[in-house]
Amino acid sequence: MNRSVKGSLVTLLTWVLVLAFFFPVFWMILNGFKPESVASSVHPKLFFSPSTEGYQLAMDRGMKGYLLNSLTASVTATIIAVVLAIPAAYALSIRRVKNVENALSFFISTRFMPLAAVVLPLFMILKTLGLLDNIYMLAVVYGAVNLPVAVWMMRSFFLEVPFEIIEACRVDGAGLGREIFRVALPLVLPGVASAALITFIFSWNEYFLATLLTSSAARTTPPFLGSFVDGRGQFLAVLSAAATIAALPVIIAGWVAQKQLVRGLSMGAIK
Amino acid sequence: MLSSKRALTFGAGALASALALAACSSGNVSTDSGSGGAAGGKVTLNLATVNNGQMKDMEKLKTEYEKANPGTTVNFQVMEEGDLRAAVTADVASGAGQYDVVTIGAYETPQWGANGWLVDLTPDLKSDSSYDVDDILPPVRDVNTYDGKLFAVPFYGESSILMYNKDLLSKAGVTLSENPTWQQVADAAKKVNSADTSGICMRGKPGWGDLFAPLTTVVQTFGGNWYDDKWNATVNTPEWKQAVTFYKTMLDQSGEKDPVSYSFNECLTALKEGKAAMWADASVAASMLEADDSPVKGKMGYAHMPVEKTKQSGWLWSWNLAIPSSTKNKDAALKFVKWATSKDYIKLVGQKIGWSNVPPGSRTSTYEIPEYKEAAAAYAPITLDVMSSVNPKQPGVNPQGWVGIQYVSIPEFQDVGNQCAQLVADYIAGRGSVDDALAKCQTLAQAAGDKHKS
Repeated sequence: MNRSVKGSLVTLLTWVLVLAFFFPVFWMILNGFKPESVASSVHPKLFFSPSTEGYQLAMDRGMKGYLLNSLTASVTATIIAVVLAIPAAYALSIRRVKNVENALSFFISTRFMPLAAVVLPLFMILKTLGLLDNIYMLAVVYGAVNLPVAVWMMRSFFLEVPFEIIEACRVDGAGLGREIFRVALPLVLPGVASAALITFIFSWNEYFLATLLTSSAARTTPPFLGSFVDGRGQFLAVLSAAATIAALPVIIAGWVAQKQLVRGLSMGAIK
Repeated sequence: MLSSKRALTFGAGALASALALAACSSGNVSTDSGSGGAAGGKVTLNLATVNNGQMKDMEKLKTEYEKANPGTTVNFQVMEEGDLRAAVTADVASGAGQYDVVTIGAYETPQWGANGWLVDLTPDLKSDSSYDVDDILPPVRDVNTYDGKLFAVPFYGESSILMYNKDLLSKAGVTLSENPTWQQVADAAKKVNSADTSGICMRGKPGWGDLFAPLTTVVQTFGGNWYDDKWNATVNTPEWKQAVTFYKTMLDQSGEKDPVSYSFNECLTALKEGKAAMWADASVAASMLEADDSPVKGKMGYAHMPVEKTKQSGWLWSWNLAIPSSTKNKDAALKFVKWATSKDYIKLVGQKIGWSNVPPGSRTSTYEIPEYKEAAAAYAPITLDVMSSVNPKQPGVNPQGWVGIQYVSIPEFQDVGNQCAQLVADYIAGRGSVDDALAKCQTLAQAAGDKHKS
């Protein structure tokens, strides 16, 4: 097999995979514009007269409020996770603190336990504190849940910083703050962006805790999407429309951060 | 370095702006800050509910209630059925008091009432003659009563009926009586079945509320049941085997392809598009088949759920409003519950939204409203007839120790029903034998039944 045929086959395979992964998203967007009876038809239809009724219905149900709650929880959780992860990751990589070196495996072990095992004690604690159905409580929980991942990611990025640069700034008399924020952090900024984006996406998509820890004022978008499921009626078009709206902020955030993300993801590679 | 620094500054600025924006506008899902009691004469009621047509209509009409009761705001929190069960159970069982009114099924009411989680509505409803509690359909009242106390009131009720496409049946030369037997239905399905159209569509999707809703009624009319009256499991009996084998054979011979992926909505679509000729399922489906945009409007016939050894075999389900004992707004919650399940509310739905959208299966008087009788002429009489004649105290051939038809009112049943449904669905899909499925199911059911032996 000559090289050009091989190349064409690889390209073809890539396109097949891309289309296979993209198709459900495309179908969701398409369904959002179908009338309900067409969306749930036994024979899927590609051509139809488009309607924005699904979008209208989703917005009429007060989707804006749920989106704003999701934004509050996700942005606050991202700030909490990033602000706490930077010094923690620094202490586990460049400026190693002996007493906490073993904490690394502890950090990640907190992710091993299924959320279902944690939710009941968490529910009871929040109930006692009167913090159920509070959006900032949810943000703190999301920040805490995502902190281990952020620390692990940032630690691996900090490890990539050439130690000579750190030594040079120390020789020049830089203090710890200057060392972290003026020297090391700018070098791993793409990594920080990736960790922040991952935290944002995880928080934005979280369903289980949001369902159980919020009831009304602090409800976020994922349980709201679930509420369109109707055991006695068709709901595919309106659910697809609402899901498309809910996916947009994450797609936009990913698109904006694309360049940083690619740099961040390749930071672990040998330079 | 400089560009990285700028990027950091920009990123931090963007995050701070987004947070400020989000913080300014957060929490406007509800119109008030939680169920904050009755301070200053203002009350906010949080209502947890399921996403169905009747509740969506109630959400639209709540402004009428708020107008008539200044100072009261009602927040609707609509959830998927599974989420609703999880969220409301956690809240009510722990006494968290996040919800003032909850939507629960007939399965939950007696159990939650027995646990002391719900307010007893009997004294308030009995003393209010305008509410007319005796107008609630007696079988629906029975399933929401525990120890003589009414713990929840229905806003929607349903039984199950047989629905068939008259055109397709007459083309095949088949006629059905109003009270057919399962064997007659299976024979009819066989005659109507073709490459394009399945003779019958029945639920096969695993789940206690999916496959086991119709299948339990088939088992009961074949003479079987989950337990005897002493909580001995009776799943490995010949009656169960006969019923389950009959169900699979009927689906194999004339049912939809891949039945284990079919539940209510899938069969509804198949009937509407003429891909199935018959369907035995929830009575509310008739209103959807007769809706203005339905291609089969006016072409459908309706009959009682097919039987074998019993006189009736329809199921009985209701969605109800209840007030958790942990609410801080009991009086306001009670007032709202009475409004939402009153005769006047039913008329309000008819006038404001449409007579075919009136909540069915809750009150006898609904079926006496002339406008409703006209709008729902095709299916209202049979719905009332079936709902009034089913017996939730003894739906099968033998006595049972609980009140309810297509479920057993014990907390373990959801789990037992789901696991057994998976086993039976495997058998329906040809991945196992009926004896294996029922033997395993018997063990599961017995372990649950043992906890209730006195």
